[in-house]
Amino acid sequence: MYDIAIIGAGIIGASVAYELSRYRLKILWLEKENDVSLGATRANSAIVHAGYDPPAGSRMARLNVEGTRLMPALCEAVDAHYKNTGSLVLAFDERDRSTLRSLKEQGDANGVPGLQVLNREETLAREPALNPDIVGSLYAPSAGIILPWELTLGLAEVAVREGVDLRLRQELQTIRYEADHWKLETQNETYQARRVINAAGQGAEKIHRQATEPAFHLLPTRGEYYLLDKAVDPQVSHVLFQCPGPLGKGILVTPTIHGNTLIGPNAELIEDGEDTSTTYAGLAEVAQKARRSVPNLRFGENIRHFSGVRANREVDDFYIAMHDKGFLDLAAIKSPGLSAAPAIALYARELLEADGLEVQPREGWNGRRKVRRFAERSPEDKAAMVDANPAFGRVICRCQTITEGEILEAIRSPIPPVSIDAIKRRTGAGLGRCQGGFCGPRVLEILSRELGVDPAEILQDKDGSYIVLGDNRPEVRI
Amino acid sequence: MKELICIVCPRGCHLKVDENDDYKVTGHRCARGVLYGYQEMTAPTRVVTSTVVLENAGEERCPVRTSQAVPKAKMFEVIDIVRKLKISAPVSLGQVLVPDIAGSGADLIATRSFSGTGN
Amino acid sequence: MKTQQYDLVVIGGGPAGMAAAVSAYDQGVRSIVILERDKQLGGILNQCIHNGFGLHHFKEELSGPEYAERYIKDVRARDIEVRLESMVLDLNSERIIQLVSPSHGFELIEAKAVILAMGSRERARGGIGTPGTRPAGVLTAGAAQRYVNLEGQRVGENIVILGSGDIGLIMARRLSLEGCKVHACVEIMSEPGGLARNIVQCLQDFDIPLLLSHTVTRIEGKKRIEAVHIAKVDMQMRPIPGTERRVACDTLLLSVGLIPENELSRAAGVELDNRTKGPQVFENLQTSVPGVFACGNVLHIHDLVDHVSDESARAGRAAAAYLSKQTDTAGGDLIALEAGRGLRYTVPQRLHLRPDLEKLDIFFRVTHTAEEQKIIVESGGKQIALFRRVHVAPGEMEKITLPAKVLAEIQPGAKLSLRLEAAL
Ligand SMILES: Cc1cc2nc3c(=O)[nH]c(=O)nc-3n(C[C@H](O)[C@H](O)[C@H](O)COP(=O)(O)OP(=O)(O)OC[C@H]3O[C@@H](n4cnc5c(N)ncnc54)[C@H](O)[C@@H]3O)c2cc1C
Ligand SMILES: Cc1cc2nc3c(=O)[nH]c(=O)nc-3n(C[C@H](O)[C@H](O)[C@H](O)COP(=O)(O)OP(=O)(O)OC[C@H]3O[C@@H](n4cnc5c(N)ncnc54)[C@H](O)[C@@H]3O)c2cc1C
Ligand code: SF4
Repeated sequence: MYDIAIIGAGIIGASVAYELSRYRLKILWLEKENDVSLGATRANSAIVHAGYDPPAGSRMARLNVEGTRLMPALCEAVDAHYKNTGSLVLAFDERDRSTLRSLKEQGDANGVPGLQVLNREETLAREPALNPDIVGSLYAPSAGIILPWELTLGLAEVAVREGVDLRLRQELQTIRYEADHWKLETQNETYQARRVINAAGQGAEKIHRQATEPAFHLLPTRGEYYLLDKAVDPQVSHVLFQCPGPLGKGILVTPTIHGNTLIGPNAELIEDGEDTSTTYAGLAEVAQKARRSVPNLRFGENIRHFSGVRANREVDDFYIAMHDKGFLDLAAIKSPGLSAAPAIALYARELLEADGLEVQPREGWNGRRKVRRFAERSPEDKAAMVDANPAFGRVICRCQTITEGEILEAIRSPIPPVSIDAIKRRTGAGLGRCQGGFCGPRVLEILSRELGVDPAEILQDKDGSYIVLGDNRPEVRI
Repeated sequence: MKELICIVCPRGCHLKVDENDDYKVTGHRCARGVLYGYQEMTAPTRVVTSTVVLENAGEERCPVRTSQAVPKAKMFEVIDIVRKLKISAPVSLGQVLVPDIAGSGADLIATRSFSGTGN
Repeated sequence: MKTQQYDLVVIGGGPAGMAAAVSAYDQGVRSIVILERDKQLGGILNQCIHNGFGLHHFKEELSGPEYAERYIKDVRARDIEVRLESMVLDLNSERIIQLVSPSHGFELIEAKAVILAMGSRERARGGIGTPGTRPAGVLTAGAAQRYVNLEGQRVGENIVILGSGDIGLIMARRLSLEGCKVHACVEIMSEPGGLARNIVQCLQDFDIPLLLSHTVTRIEGKKRIEAVHIAKVDMQMRPIPGTERRVACDTLLLSVGLIPENELSRAAGVELDNRTKGPQVFENLQTSVPGVFACGNVLHIHDLVDHVSDESARAGRAAAAYLSKQTDTAGGDLIALEAGRGLRYTVPQRLHLRPDLEKLDIFFRVTHTAEEQKIIVESGGKQIALFRRVHVAPGEMEKITLPAKVLAEIQPGAKLSLRLEAAL
């Protein structure tokens, strides 16, 4: 019998698992995919929003601003990248300018630090590649960027190391309350837990409806992106938003942790919450609108398109609620869900405590994690790393300079990777301009060797995404 | 009149071959084109390249080819033999692996050397 | 941190790097090292097991590994140091190189001269922007070539190839011989990208349809690719509504072009050419950074390895001359070359017109296929040379050589321009 079962291993499940791993609790964590961070958390804008967007005084505003405040220290603790870039909301006309003023008022009321309305010249001085037609901007110094899957992995690895029982490839199919506990059935296992935390992203509504009365309705909303090569001009250094207006929320242009330029997302209501395809129409819309902010963007330098699906709902809010019998919904965690995640985890613990959960700190809890990244080390460190282990001298991903040593460490990490993309999320191999064209076959070889399985069993990503079919001369092998 | 692209060299001349005039070739830029045009119409041939399973070299495959062009009709027959072959290092470039493969008159040769040091 | 010194460092041990090192050695340079990140010399040739290499150079039709092995022998026959599994991480304009290898660890090398010979990379899916899902089974033709030829793995059974570059064509045949069904080769342009001979012996021999003026408009399949949607395109290369059809497949190979590997060129501050995506070079293949030379696919994409070897031998000689201070690249008049009508680019992009320049090799590519053409070379509005071609195509690199007496007619200060014109 578990004290708590967490359903879903996105940023929300991971933040909660991390937070609760501090206490003497027996925690089960179910995820239907073969790795953590395969839902909305892997395909989004990766922005830590300052917090002027949510309505003043709302819970979403509080969680956003607090999450953003906690973010740098949390990233530091689990050795995930965080960059405090600041953001600019761009105004193109008088109406936009008045929007800036109301955003600033709202942000001030929400407790967002340091908001400042800039005039045209001040804005262009910060970001020379901008459209010269802009008339001003709202500068938010607390905004930043992260690598969402990296933070999720960091939190999850600590949680697992600290005893959380993560079960991958376990899809919760039915959930029922029996006498004094929840009975959780996956495709092949049955578990029991006293309390349940529903952090299942697009799957949350289905789980909620089995556990209690209908209370919210998800409206999967897809957003498409371009990812441009690094070191290509024009480069931007802040997160650049457009003013929300009658035509929607606008398209953002932002640097990424790795120095690429990310452009998107549009918003399209779709049926299937897992349909992350891209479309001609969507990409064209993104490109056209983004040029309004930065006219000279070079879409010819695109290295990847992708899309993510927001778990939006019928109203502009998260659905966070503690129900009877210890069932906690952390659902409809739409944007700014990444930013709010650290605060949502603390809030979830408070709700559980209020529901009667006893939390006693565990001795020796260690909330930190360290990853060795060859490319980021000094020349002296690099030399020492290779001296100690020659595998660090073998560069596998040439674009991001990821070594075999790092890949081997990832394979031995608390949540062992089973796919090439899982290696990518852990090390960065394959994130560069050739998108795994060069390192993919090499990573496959290492994975197959280290896991002792046939290359045909190595996956690109989710289960079923096999890469090769096996030996092309099976009849002559013994 | 049949139009062909000469494949003897990468210039890829656009040949015209007249079946009714004793396979007279035009459009070539060198004499090899004339021969190719005639052969392609009467008895086409191809060099076959592939790999064979390799042991004891630390590599999976040894590249191979036919020492000269084989009749096009024999291409798959050659490949069937190649696909069943397994060799062991050391191998040297040019080494004959199968003489007169599929009765084509060409030998199957290794196109790379491997010293037998691998596992 | 130990810093080692060499007169000449060659980055990349493919055909370009090997030929450059050999010729520099033969010109008397003795302190040479080739740095190669792979476990062996030979570069991309190791996986190009098909024949079609060496016709110009050796007057024989060799496969890639055979061609490579001849050069490897040449390298080994000389006192040229070769460092394998040695990846160059950085190169700066002072020619200081950061290098890492499992055997020697992390090192710094100071070079008097550097030859860039890092080859190229394949354009990936992002570069062409095909929408749809992002499943497994979509890979570059070169990655497939590596799986099949070096690792002996099957990449799929039902194949569609996007792009008619040579690697894609070669793989169409290779996979057909391995028992796969290749359903189509889809090319957005109205003419194929690869060599005519490869259309014949890789597609036609196996009855594989070549769909010109077509493209893949959508990729389908959540985990492994399940189908592609193929449509005809109009003159602006936009898909024509209503022409779309679905072709079931489990593999999509991309053969949509190579791009010079320019990471280190950029790091060294070398000026790049927007059209070739490689460095801009002078007639002696020196880049904008003194003492840094470039050759092979890192400079511009070649379709024939024979040209790579020739060009690289020139780079080796030029580096040797630079080292013995024979060449004062700053001397002579600086002349810009201009790729005029019908030409996509020229290599070199500029030259120092020195009296001792004996001849000038100019490589270029044309913009479209044409028969019966002349290449007109002009300086200051005056035609100084004329070359004829029966057939030109964008997929086939062209080369002309200007002899000394033509060079003497170049006007100082004027552009040297090349253009294509129908020879009536
Ligand atoms: C296009 C887009 C842009 C965004 N941009 C930003 C941004 O810039 N800044 C920001 O702060 N936020 C942003 N967000 C929001 C942010 O990405 C999300 O709020 C956050 O990722 C949600 O995390 P999650 O853990 O709730 O959901 P998910 O990451 O979707 O995780 C849910 C997990 O539950 C699993 N699951 C589902 N059903 C079951 C089941 N039955 N059994 C077991 N497991 C199950 C899924 O496989 C998945 O792993 C954006 C979102 C999108 C889509
Ligand atoms: C699939 C394919 C088929 C072809 N078919 C033919 C044909 O039929 N006939 C023909 O004549 N030509 C053919 N060619 C063309 C010819 O093979 C190439 O033009 C030639 O190989 C290019 O040589 P290179 O030395 O410039 O590059 P490569 O062969 O790519 O060599 C570059 C080398 O540099 C190394 N390197 C790169 N970066 C670093 C670094 N940072 N540190 C250390 N080392 C590094 C690489 O590992 C590699 O070994 C083909 C090419 C391809 C790709
Ligand atoms: S005719 Fe001669 S030049 Fe023309 S393609 Fe054939 S072999 Fe080459």
